[in-house]
Amino acid sequence: MTSNAAVISVRDLVVGFGDVTVLDHAALDVFEGEILGFVGGSGAGKSVLMRTIIGLLPKRKGTIEVFGTDLAALTERERRSIERRWGVLFQQGALFSSLTALQNVQFPIREYLDLSPRLIEEIALAKLEMVGLNADVRGKYPAELSGGMIKRVALARALALDPDIVFLDEPTSGLDPIGAAEFDELIGTLQRTLGLSVFMVTHDLDSLHAVCDRIAVLSEGRVIASGSIETMLASEHPWLKCYFRGERGRQSPRLVHN
Amino acid sequence: MSAASLAGMTDGERVALAATGAWTAERAAEIEKLIEETARRYRDARSVDIDLAQLERLDTFGAWLIERLKRAFTARGSTARIIGLSDADRGLMEELQLANQTPGHNGAVANGVVAALDSLGRAVAEIGWSFVLLAHLLGALTAAVLRTIAHPTRLRLTSIMHHLERVGWRAVPIILLSTFVIGAILAQQGIFRFRTFGADVYVVDMVSVLVLREVGVLIVCVMVAGRSGSAYTAELGAMKMREEIDALRTMGLDPIEVLVLPRIVALVVAVPLLTFLGSMAALYGAGLVCWLYGGMAPDIFLERLREAIWLPTFEVGMIKAPFMALTIGLVACVEGFEVDGSAASLGLKTTSSVVKSIFLVIALDGVFAMFFAAIGM
Repeated sequence: MTSNAAVISVRDLVVGFGDVTVLDHAALDVFEGEILGFVGGSGAGKSVLMRTIIGLLPKRKGTIEVFGTDLAALTERERRSIERRWGVLFQQGALFSSLTALQNVQFPIREYLDLSPRLIEEIALAKLEMVGLNADVRGKYPAELSGGMIKRVALARALALDPDIVFLDEPTSGLDPIGAAEFDELIGTLQRTLGLSVFMVTHDLDSLHAVCDRIAVLSEGRVIASGSIETMLASEHPWLKCYFRGERGRQSPRLVHN
Repeated sequence: MSAASLAGMTDGERVALAATGAWTAERAAEIEKLIEETARRYRDARSVDIDLAQLERLDTFGAWLIERLKRAFTARGSTARIIGLSDADRGLMEELQLANQTPGHNGAVANGVVAALDSLGRAVAEIGWSFVLLAHLLGALTAAVLRTIAHPTRLRLTSIMHHLERVGWRAVPIILLSTFVIGAILAQQGIFRFRTFGADVYVVDMVSVLVLREVGVLIVCVMVAGRSGSAYTAELGAMKMREEIDALRTMGLDPIEVLVLPRIVALVVAVPLLTFLGSMAALYGAGLVCWLYGGMAPDIFLERLREAIWLPTFEVGMIKAPFMALTIGLVACVEGFEVDGSAASLGLKTTSSVVKSIFLVIALDGVFAMFFAAIGM
């Protein structure tokens, strides 16, 4: 996969709040058509890196290139057209609580494209079906949905405009192991059918093993390693050893046979 | 990328359609028109081949529209198939074959009159229900008060003091300012009208009775409902949304005792105090205007005041205050507990908390007016 072009390329990124520097000259690539698993300790700055790439946090230094263009050099208008090409799944779903599931998925389509109401409805329903939800959820409000359903609706909304890149912030957190495995499978299927590049922040060793093509590890503000799961398991870096080969890593059933 | 197009070739009852260009979201509007037109033009076709071999790009929007075209043909009994599908797009097309199979629940459009009656009925039922909820909370609150009297150590003094500071102490400046201005306006209007028939001095009677019996307490209640009632509703609503109230319950604590009682006690204590301060500020404003605008010396104002009012005038206002405070507090807490998961409902309930409590305060004031008239106060 690494032969493909990088859709996201981060270099020398410095991000901090007040006196605290969270990311210290971090560098990262996401290649076209791959699922990148992004791991690191709690508070290491995984979400900060993701939020900086998608423009929710300001950076202090460094460059972020998406589809080969430097985000900092863009005008507001050009930025919008880039933003239209990515979708974000927030950790808690971040569905609009005053809209139904179907309206949540329709929202970006309605905002960006000038389509007939019938087509918007059909596309939104098709997206809900693609993420494995049946038609009954369409009229439900987020407060009436379970955690797993919220994540699915949020994924459908992230995919509403057929983006090229999807950012997933801990997609399987808060799901039971069966639900998490199904969600992993769903991400894999959608990645193949829609030709997505996926940037997935996760803590779930099973997901890393099941769907990720490559893994990048963030520690002390830098990306200390990246590569396949085999590379990670073979690494002698103390943090990686602890993370991938520690007690929980060994218990992870799909890692055991490795 | 070139524009999307769909070229058709007719061969007897067979039609070969060839799609070219980019069938993507940006062009979905034109593609939709294109397929509708194509479906119309070849409506007599018995068998249709849709060739996708020359597509440059296909996304969900384009794939769905191709699927819709195919369904339009099959719905008329002709056979339609998709050929020339690239491996990359095959998964997507297969996925969309399953989409939108279940018919939408486009319920029959309701008759306008029925809909109006329906919403009227619901609104009436809701008003009735809100009184039931008020009575329910009043009962629960009374039970909590009795429990607290039986076990005084369970009274949350810190919490009461905290709320007392918020709804009482911090409200003092704004209450003083607004009632001062209201008193001044009443006096100015009174002087202006009464002067035409030389009854300037009765301004003092009018203002003092009005302020002490009605206006003082009403203004304070309106301010408190807008300032503190809304805050109570929003706080409790947000706590409900984030399951904090459920958390309290599971710890064996009664949310009424922990959340509602301290808030309402604080209001019941604060509103009479604010009413007293507000009434004094209003009288002060009135006196100042009488002096500066009406040319009535302060000692004459005070003497007239002494004649115009007697203790019950003052008591009438003060007796009403705690009852109105209770009403505001109950409405605010009921509405707070009624918030469900959405941000919109939080806003809705906060609004209705303020509107309902102000209306109920005014209605209660009317009841009190009849009551005091009956007992001659």
